[in-house]
Amino acid sequence: MNEERIGVYVCHCGSNIAGTVAVEEVAQWAAKLPNVVVSRDYKFMCSSLGQELVEKDIKELGLTRVVVAACSPHMHERTFRATCERAGLNPFLFEMANIRELDSWATDDRAAATQKAKAMVSAAVRRVVYHQPLQLLPVKINPNTLIVGGGVAGITAALEIANAGYHVYLVEREPSIGGHMAQLDKTFPTLDCSACILTPKMVDVAQNKNITLLSWSQVEAVEGYVGNFTVTVRKKARYVNEEKCTGCGICIEKCPKKVIDEVFEAGLGYRKAIYRPFPQAVPKYPVIDTSNCIFFQRGKCKACQMFCPTDAIDFEQQDQILKLEVGNIILAIGYDTFDPRRIPQYGYGRLANVFTSLEFERMVNAAGPTGGRIVLRDGVTTPKSVAIIHCVGSRDKNYNEHCSRICCMYSLKFSHLLHERLPDAQVYEFYIDIRATAKRYEEFYHRVLEEGTRFIRGRVAEVTDAARMPGEEGKLIVQYEDTLIGKQRRLPVDMVILSLGMEARRDSREVAQIFGLGCEYNGFFIERHPKLDPVNTMTEGIQIAGACQGPMAIPEAVAQGAAAAARVLSLISQGTVMMEPVRAHIDADKCSGCRICNNLCPYNAIVFHEDRKVSEVITALCQGCGACVAACPSAAITGAHFTDEQVMAQIEGMLWDVQPQFAMTSMETR
Amino acid sequence: MNDSYEPVIVGFLCNWCSYRAADLAGTSRLHYAPNMRPIRVMCSARVEPQFVLKALREGADGVLIAGCHPGECHYVDGNIKALRRYELLKRMLRQLGIEEERVQLVWAAASEGNVLADAVNRMTEQLRRLGPLRWRETVLGGDAQPEERAGEMMAKEV
Ligand SMILES: Cc1cc2nc3c(=O)[nH]c(=O)nc-3n(C[C@H](O)[C@H](O)[C@H](O)COP(=O)(O)OP(=O)(O)OC[C@H]3O[C@@H](n4cnc5c(N)ncnc54)[C@H](O)[C@@H]3O)c2cc1C
Ligand code: SF4
Ligand code: SF4
Ligand code: FES
Repeated sequence: MNEERIGVYVCHCGSNIAGTVAVEEVAQWAAKLPNVVVSRDYKFMCSSLGQELVEKDIKELGLTRVVVAACSPHMHERTFRATCERAGLNPFLFEMANIRELDSWATDDRAAATQKAKAMVSAAVRRVVYHQPLQLLPVKINPNTLIVGGGVAGITAALEIANAGYHVYLVEREPSIGGHMAQLDKTFPTLDCSACILTPKMVDVAQNKNITLLSWSQVEAVEGYVGNFTVTVRKKARYVNEEKCTGCGICIEKCPKKVIDEVFEAGLGYRKAIYRPFPQAVPKYPVIDTSNCIFFQRGKCKACQMFCPTDAIDFEQQDQILKLEVGNIILAIGYDTFDPRRIPQYGYGRLANVFTSLEFERMVNAAGPTGGRIVLRDGVTTPKSVAIIHCVGSRDKNYNEHCSRICCMYSLKFSHLLHERLPDAQVYEFYIDIRATAKRYEEFYHRVLEEGTRFIRGRVAEVTDAARMPGEEGKLIVQYEDTLIGKQRRLPVDMVILSLGMEARRDSREVAQIFGLGCEYNGFFIERHPKLDPVNTMTEGIQIAGACQGPMAIPEAVAQGAAAAARVLSLISQGTVMMEPVRAHIDADKCSGCRICNNLCPYNAIVFHEDRKVSEVITALCQGCGACVAACPSAAITGAHFTDEQVMAQIEGMLWDVQPQFAMTSMETR
Repeated sequence: MNDSYEPVIVGFLCNWCSYRAADLAGTSRLHYAPNMRPIRVMCSARVEPQFVLKALREGADGVLIAGCHPGECHYVDGNIKALRRYELLKRMLRQLGIEEERVQLVWAAASEGNVLADAVNRMTEQLRRLGPLRWRETVLGGDAQPEERAGEMMAKEV
């Protein structure tokens, strides 16, 4: 038997717990558990009066352990740890029993809920005896920050942090920053010119001394933990010496090889083998796309080199591997649009005049492949009728269940631009619901309604070129069910635009793996809390911002970029963070040197000492998952705060009311 | 066994996904069988076979291990380690004559309170049908000591 003196506190939480659990009964019952010297119930334990009750008992009754049965530890564990600390008790000598979320809120069977609450309290009482005093681990924060993805979210975050005086590495995998916003023409609902508001920010990034811009680069590995990450970045060869290049663009002009630009021009236009995605690209240096360059493919050409006035072309350039030391990371890798080929009945790729929304953005853009003219695929004919199909790949169990939130609005924007450029054209929007929920959106919808767009409520079944009726020849026929009148109908048009939904990046899971993050079922990164912590992740020191967290428009992406930057700045200004001391430790005397644990650790936190033939956990790298603890055949590894003894005692406590199946197992006899 | 038999399940929930799923089930007032008694671990990879056997020996009728979906473990792939260990454990339980349904592994994301609640309901229902675990008969065969038998008789009457 041991000498511990435990105080148990059962919370009513108003009627949240007391409405289902007989709290007084639980408290009275708990008073008789071994080591319990005081057991109370109280209306609101987390209130200052509730906390003072605990503090007073610790001081006056000499409590050495505290159990609070109340809500989830994710809610108030920190609160009560602080309570203990104020009264001079180590905060880890505390245990919480979650009798609200996991009990009173999950049933209305009072007897069963009370029984379960007793089990949870008895488990906590038995467990807490084996708690050990622990100290939070202070970790110094490296003031440098890594930002991955140079879309509007990443750009915003980079400028916020750099302007506060701290260094930022901005890693972008394309030749230029800008992301999707750089591709857009006008932005809803205000119709400002996208490039006009974005390019000044891009130039700020290029000129800011606190930002190291690594474009045409990718993160390959991340090691370490909050405050001290080591990041491996591959800076791909551009074959252009950035020190010599002035960005004059003569090389691009002279390059004889034209290729379809699948990325920036969304397949609608061309670029050269040496290229910049767009004239205002940041950085201004072009890159050579080796799979299309005549020299790299056939060993001859070098036109760019011949004409470059500063001798900046370097065919010998190699990829560079950089090691960056940073304290915080912001992921802002954005989204991909849904691949319309997955819905073959809409004809994209087969029917020439079916366009994607991104193609249309490029088409209406004065700097785009058609110079802003709205034309059919032949490049000359102006459409007289256009159908815009909403929710392509969204709100559909077969593809994505989620609503992409922005497609209604950009579709309305397209209607407006069509009316503006082609006043005689007839425009139809096929929608399920119009979702115009943010500031100024509904007003924009009404504006477009007044401009004469025909709104048809219904899902489109098919787009076809098989004419069946007079007037359909040579047209695209949209076959749909008008759900307002419940009829199947056909509508011949010249052009169809598919409003593609937003999806997570196709490689978001691989990126998540590199950074040790979680993804939702649909690939978007998971935030720490959906309401209270939208830019933080479960991995300390890593924030997410923009459309990699979920579908969103530019204003929200900007707000998230700024929010993530604020998070990082607050950590930097603290200088150190305190980390949970839930860490593994290997007892060198017990370790047999089998090395089973070595490969299990996801963070390579376990090193093997060849000389002594024992393994050791590097505390600073260990994240406390417990995988090695569970696997060690010699029971040489202890996982602090989740030791075998603690869990075993908890199991016994949980089963206080059932008949053990075996003698000699209770902890007392161990 | 009579109608009032209610199985007791010990549930090991990982801190990052399944425990949060359980929190969410509660916050959304999803009512489910109160038969599962939760123990929080940092990751499903922390659950040792020892813990499972201990729970069964101490009188639990079943053990539920819940982790994050594959690819979503907070510690990269702890749940895959748990899955491998679970497969081994199942083989061991089979040899001991313990029915498979008594030890289950499920995935529940932090946003899937309903998935966790459903798993608990389903398992409770299966265990109700199976009845109490008779460790001594199934595992120890006839070797049980007389005083243990007495305990067994009591266990049967529950
Ligand atoms: C057709 C269309 C029209 C739209 N119109 C509007 C509008 O009018 N108004 C509005 O508010 N919103 C509009 N949007 C939405 C808008 O595009 C997004 O809200 C915005 O671009 C999100 O910014 P972001 O920075 O989060 O992501 P992105 O713009 O996608 O930027 C992400 C960046 O990260 C880079 N990246 C990706 N993966 C990696 C990696 N692994 N490593 C390094 N870098 C990486 C990408 O190259 C890119 O530069 C429209 C969207 C579409 C599809
Ligand atoms: S598993 Fe245990 S015994 Fe084997 S090397 Fe690791 S600590 Fe040592
Ligand atoms: S508990 Fe073990 S396996 Fe897990 S992170 Fe720490 S050292 Fe690695
Ligand atoms: S943290 Fe949930 S299974 Fe690893």
